[in-house]
Amino acid sequence: MISLEAKNLAKSFGFRKVFEGINFSLRGKESLVITGKNGSGKSTLLKILAGLLRPSKGEVNINLESQIKNRGERRKLISFVAPDLSLYDELTALENLEFLANVQGLDFKPDELNKKLDEVGLKGRGEDRVSSYSSGMKQRLKYIFALLSEPQILLLDEPGSNLDEPGLFLLDNIIAEQKKRGILVLATNDKREIKYGDKILNLDQQGFSFIS
Amino acid sequence: MTGLLIGTVVVLVFLMPPPQKELGDISRIFFFHVPVAWVTVLAFLVAMVNSILYLSRKDPVYDLQAAISSQLGFLFAILATVSGAIFAKNAWGSYWNWDPRETSVFILLLIYGAYLALRSAIEAEDRKANLSAVYSILAFITVPFLVFVVPRVFQSLHPTDSIVNSQIKIQMPPLVLLVFLSSLLGFSLLFVWIYNLEVKLNILYKKAKEIHSVG
Amino acid sequence: MGTKSSTWTSRVLALFLKDFKSELRTRYSLNALVMFAVITLTVVSFSIGMFSLSSKVKSSLFWIVIFFSAMSGLAQVFIKEEEAKTSTLLKLVASAEAIFAGKLLYNLVLLLFLEIIIVPLFIIMLGFSILNFWLFLCVLVLGSLGLVCSTTIIAAIVAKASVKGALFAVLSFPILLPLLVTVISGTNLASEGASFSQGLRDLQILFSYTVVMFVASFMLFDFVWEE
Repeated sequence: MISLEAKNLAKSFGFRKVFEGINFSLRGKESLVITGKNGSGKSTLLKILAGLLRPSKGEVNINLESQIKNRGERRKLISFVAPDLSLYDELTALENLEFLANVQGLDFKPDELNKKLDEVGLKGRGEDRVSSYSSGMKQRLKYIFALLSEPQILLLDEPGSNLDEPGLFLLDNIIAEQKKRGILVLATNDKREIKYGDKILNLDQQGFSFIS
Repeated sequence: MTGLLIGTVVVLVFLMPPPQKELGDISRIFFFHVPVAWVTVLAFLVAMVNSILYLSRKDPVYDLQAAISSQLGFLFAILATVSGAIFAKNAWGSYWNWDPRETSVFILLLIYGAYLALRSAIEAEDRKANLSAVYSILAFITVPFLVFVVPRVFQSLHPTDSIVNSQIKIQMPPLVLLVFLSSLLGFSLLFVWIYNLEVKLNILYKKAKEIHSVG
Repeated sequence: MGTKSSTWTSRVLALFLKDFKSELRTRYSLNALVMFAVITLTVVSFSIGMFSLSSKVKSSLFWIVIFFSAMSGLAQVFIKEEEAKTSTLLKLVASAEAIFAGKLLYNLVLLLFLEIIIVPLFIIMLGFSILNFWLFLCVLVLGSLGLVCSTTIIAAIVAKASVKGALFAVLSFPILLPLLVTVISGTNLASEGASFSQGLRDLQILFSYTVVMFVASFMLFDFVWEE
């Protein structure tokens, strides 16, 4: 059973302290929603969980039978989607996905990838360059990427951003799927998305607060 | 402690006039030039060691020390290059010869310059520390190659100067040797003194800034 | 669908091919590199005119052109990731070592491609005669390898600085000095028709430089790449 644990996490950029004393533990198929004002450090915390940033203090522990310390192993278990995550504009959607699959050692044939594009409503747009995509389309493409590895830990930063009604419906499905598979951590300001979490972590209070 | 250091420096300045008479008065710059060049190398070593310590322990103090050592090293490198050029003019007739020692000091000057340019090009403190530490170590690693490579550049231009250089080193009567060594010691201590002073000053400054920004 | 056992090499290759494809599409670095080299070459040839130069000088000029061309184009490989904000993507899917190897391979191919264009042009425009061609080739390839081994990590460093400008050249030059001196010497020997055994010393220096710089860069890259 997979578990994700934050122990005494703190992050400062130079003299500016973003947060400190963050503790939580998730296991199995639990989900966490992180809320807070703009600038409260939601994205930063998520990036630390994803392994993109080092915490100033504390650590992130991931366990699957035993503790996983190897960065490559962690990378395999985690997927991350955020508004500032960019794909390669000059390549087509299919080229992006092929690259992302190959570099992770995942085997997908072109028609399998095309099928995935269909599933998120990007049918027939595989041969188009990502630069021609709207932000909503890019968001959907990012979801395909994130789910290629069938991650045990899915981290989403403002998941509903740029999505229209059908897109939000798609997101709902994605989240439901993830809850059947493993851990979900979601950072958002959107009140509608708070329902996705079993637990809520609010970064605004001094330190944090935990409401189950 | 500092009194002793100042005393050493003053003594060496006074001792300088009496002994040296061989190649003319200007050649006394030798007592100044070689120790200064030595300190340049010393500073480079100190910077590199601090860089390694920073990367393994992540304590900002090491980054601070590496930076200060490099700043001082840069200054000393300028002094060494200039004094070397004056010495060269006097001993061999031209300011710049691409003589191995001169070239090495000049290269150190370039490395320091590059290091300081890198630091000034980065805003974020931890990025600045990481990247400049890496560069410092990289630069240090290329230095052994210079030992092999630089003499070959030199050889193709001035085959005779190296003999003149070594001659000056060989014939050093006791008094001259004493003055030379005390100059060496004096400048080394000067470096250590300024280094420590600057490190302490910077730590205090940073503490003050921290208190100021929180309050 | 699923995980195939992929080797580290195949991942590095995937990274390389991505950059390659991307470059063919946009041609940013390629254009800068080739245009810069051709222009510099033209200026040099023009200003030399009918004046005859020693092979030593021609060897030096050759590597000056290569050096400055490299400075104009080899940092893009990391700068474009930072500017397009795709470095986050890379960090999520690949290890620092694989990324370093992929970028290094890419820079090497880019540089060799440039040299394929420049060498004939240089020979023609400056009347550069090379008597021992195999020695020249060895020096060229080994020198290029050494060049990319030391400058790739510097490119990664420059990509993270706020003011990039001439920083790449400023940082690279002191590090490349041993390489430049040796490679000019080796090229000169090859041009004058020295035997392989005479050029061996230079080749040995180049080889050890390349190995040392590669190992050092490989180990230090993590500190540059990870935040």
